[in-house]
Amino acid sequence: MLGTDKLKQLAETALSYSKADQTEVVMQVTDAALSRFANNAIHQNVFESNVTLRVRIILGKRTGVAESNDISPEGVKRTVDTARAIAQLQPENAQNAPLPKPLAPLPVDAFVARTADCTPETRAKTIVQLTRQAAAQKLVAAGAYRTDAYEIAVANSLGAFVYHSGTVADLHAVVMNEQANASGYASSSSPDMRDIDGEYVARTAMDKALRSQNPIALAPGEYTVVLEPDAVASLLQYTAWNTFNALAVQEERSYVRGRRGELTFSPLVNLYDDGCAQDGYALPFDHEGVPRQRVSFIEQGVARDVVYDTFTARRDNVVSTGHSLPAPNLQGPMPRHLFLAPGDKSREELIGSVARGILVTRFWYTRLVHPLHVMMTGLTRDGTFLIENGQLTLPVKNLRFTSSYVEALKNTRAVGRETKLMRDEMYGMNFRAPALVVEGFSFTGVTQ
Amino acid sequence: MKDLSARVLNMAQMRGASYADVRVVNRTIQMLGVKDGRVQEMIQNESQGFGIRVIADGAWGFAACSRDDYPDVDATVNHALQIARASALTKTRDVRLGAPEANKGTFRSAYKMDPFMVSMSDKINLLLKADSEMRRMKTNHAHLVTTAELVFVREEKTFGSTEGAYIQQEILESGCELQVLATDEAGGVQVRTYPWGRHQQTRGFEFVLEQQLVENAPRIAEEAIMLLTADPCPAYDATTVILSGNQTALQVHESCGHPIELDRVLKQEASLAGTSFLTLEKLNNFQYGSEIVNLTADGTVPGGLGTFGYDDEGVPAQRADVVKDGRFVGYMTNRELATELNLGRSNGTMRAESWNRIPLIRMTNINLLPGAWKLDDLIADTDDGIYFDTNRSWSIDDKRLNFQSGAELAWEIKGGKKTRLLKNPIYTGVTPTFWRNCDAICGESDWVVWGTPRCGKGQPPQTIRTGHGASPARFRNVKVFSKS
Repeated sequence: MLGTDKLKQLAETALSYSKADQTEVVMQVTDAALSRFANNAIHQNVFESNVTLRVRIILGKRTGVAESNDISPEGVKRTVDTARAIAQLQPENAQNAPLPKPLAPLPVDAFVARTADCTPETRAKTIVQLTRQAAAQKLVAAGAYRTDAYEIAVANSLGAFVYHSGTVADLHAVVMNEQANASGYASSSSPDMRDIDGEYVARTAMDKALRSQNPIALAPGEYTVVLEPDAVASLLQYTAWNTFNALAVQEERSYVRGRRGELTFSPLVNLYDDGCAQDGYALPFDHEGVPRQRVSFIEQGVARDVVYDTFTARRDNVVSTGHSLPAPNLQGPMPRHLFLAPGDKSREELIGSVARGILVTRFWYTRLVHPLHVMMTGLTRDGTFLIENGQLTLPVKNLRFTSSYVEALKNTRAVGRETKLMRDEMYGMNFRAPALVVEGFSFTGVTQ
Repeated sequence: MKDLSARVLNMAQMRGASYADVRVVNRTIQMLGVKDGRVQEMIQNESQGFGIRVIADGAWGFAACSRDDYPDVDATVNHALQIARASALTKTRDVRLGAPEANKGTFRSAYKMDPFMVSMSDKINLLLKADSEMRRMKTNHAHLVTTAELVFVREEKTFGSTEGAYIQQEILESGCELQVLATDEAGGVQVRTYPWGRHQQTRGFEFVLEQQLVENAPRIAEEAIMLLTADPCPAYDATTVILSGNQTALQVHESCGHPIELDRVLKQEASLAGTSFLTLEKLNNFQYGSEIVNLTADGTVPGGLGTFGYDDEGVPAQRADVVKDGRFVGYMTNRELATELNLGRSNGTMRAESWNRIPLIRMTNINLLPGAWKLDDLIADTDDGIYFDTNRSWSIDDKRLNFQSGAELAWEIKGGKKTRLLKNPIYTGVTPTFWRNCDAICGESDWVVWGTPRCGKGQPPQTIRTGHGASPARFRNVKVFSKS
């Protein structure tokens, strides 16, 4: 980790090399460690240290961007020169947005030293405890335990400099009994590794694996489902991407276009994005250095706001909500800190409210079939159970669904009171969500 | 590079590694994007660093760093060894790699026009022209959002190992994509892409020129608009489908390429991507497809996106049979797992996304070998069926059995002719059943090595470039429906 002063110095060096109308510098520092296990032993164990510098240069109506991880003075100058050359080579873009003016984000404490300092021996110790419990039950465990520290800083020639540091601790496990076609999943995630509950992960994943032995095949059709938080995370991710970002509305592919202010979803649903929330993975500004606003997407079922970056905000004559990806880009703004507000039901009450339905631990390989209604397909995985008369009765073979996530948020009948923090590493998204009861969820196939 | 490589390997051995390898990588990516007639994205990304993989106390460790001054190199080597010794706390056996691979050599992608030497102006003008041709098709009832993109990659990679290997490679890639999003007031949303999402090969700018982006741009815009008012694909429990070459390529990628990865078979990917239905007892003993189905894993195909000289364990790229006359005959392997299972020499499929990731078993070019049909003849030979063209969505279960795929468009086939455009088509099936119902494969003239540049695997996540030689193919008794 480099710290505020060194990153500020790096930014000043880059800005001093630039003679452009406007210049932006985004710096990211990563010290990332991950211990991965399978067959009850660690088989992949890695560490990465990287520093990247991204320079955006604006010359009138032209923009050029260059990135590099060579932060030597020569490397920084080359990156600035490359960005400038790229800007000079392109035609003018009338919609080119100027850099945002400096604004101070809320200070958020998201860095935990013990997570940053976690050793491979400490991760191995947690993994050994988990795998020994699995082996004792003649089960096979696979999973990963990561501990990351990161810094991000954004500076620009208008005088902005913002800095944030944070940590990630994330443990998950899939425990299997292949002979019995059974598996169970559990995870634990927090900026503070002290919160990582290896015992809970082991116990929950093993319990699901033991309960799901020799599953029955259930006929496809519409079912009431209890979606546990990991399944709900998929629902939030794809709905937010495709519905609650300004570019989707501007391009006429968002379901809330023309519906904002209307009761569109279940009155039990309250969905928002909050990059400053202390009970999430906070990151209080975006890649343009704009402070992240709390943006409410759904309030008691009413469709409300969408997220903006500088480019899309300029089109709608509003201000950015602080949700820019590295700019400029083709994807538009992105909500990455999603919160679904809790309800008042315990897990037992959620299950107990279902006469006949399916409990889903998590979804797998979820993909967008059609954007407007967020029509999705995917499969259940690692713990799928039949609910009869309010009780979990039998394990069920994994099912394929082809169902609308918009409809799922309309058909939400109950919301759990306990929430869980989760991360999607592939897309850099964070979620805090409870379990849900959803009616009329459409399953279209069965796996073996 | 040789100095850094030697220094790292020497440090690792002196500090107790029984084996070490190091990759020093310098990677440059250039991305250009035009949207709705404006240059929206012009970026050059350069990333360099080294990654060291060691075996100590019989277990693996890996550490990587973007800086190569002495203190950072020293710390990174120590970190790799510390990690390996921590891995050893849980080991159930020592890692064995089999016979040494002390190869020395060089490899360079074959190309005619270095895309980094083509002027930015020429590239931008090509994108602006293609974008303009798409937007030219705009109508009063359809709103269009158009995107045109180019991507170029140059990767210079040096590999050295304590077994004496020393290999230098330069891999060059060129890729392109056009996309039209068409919407209307009735809430219709349709997408068409060309060549198929992003197509990419290990070739130069000549690859981009061959795609004829400008010439194909109006056609896909027109098709996107036509799809808004097309009929939905009808539902059938069992009908005949013909997949376009690029859709066949994706079918190969997902339902053949991933399940033959030996690390998946041995449950090493169970925590994320899943396992495989092609378990060990099925090797040489399982009818994967019909007798006309022949598949290879081939890292040597000219221009393929999964083509290279040596993998990231220093093993030469190879061509291996995967499915022969419909029978499953081979996995993709690495040194450790080939040794463990007595499968002989690794067939050279270990690749890492970049310097900061460990190599994993990854698809090279997984190819469906061409048959004898011509596409027009195949359609004419089909009385009743549906032609699926260009993938829109894909999903498959964690054992790679139950799959479902949506295409951008479909054509109803009646009496040997394409009769009606269909929107939102989906087909679904179970891998071996599907491939056993393959009764026709088109020939060399329709065969293309399609590039799939965004194949994800591993933790931390890695994206790698793979290729798939494929031509249109026909499948019987397939479930088809529509959803929007």
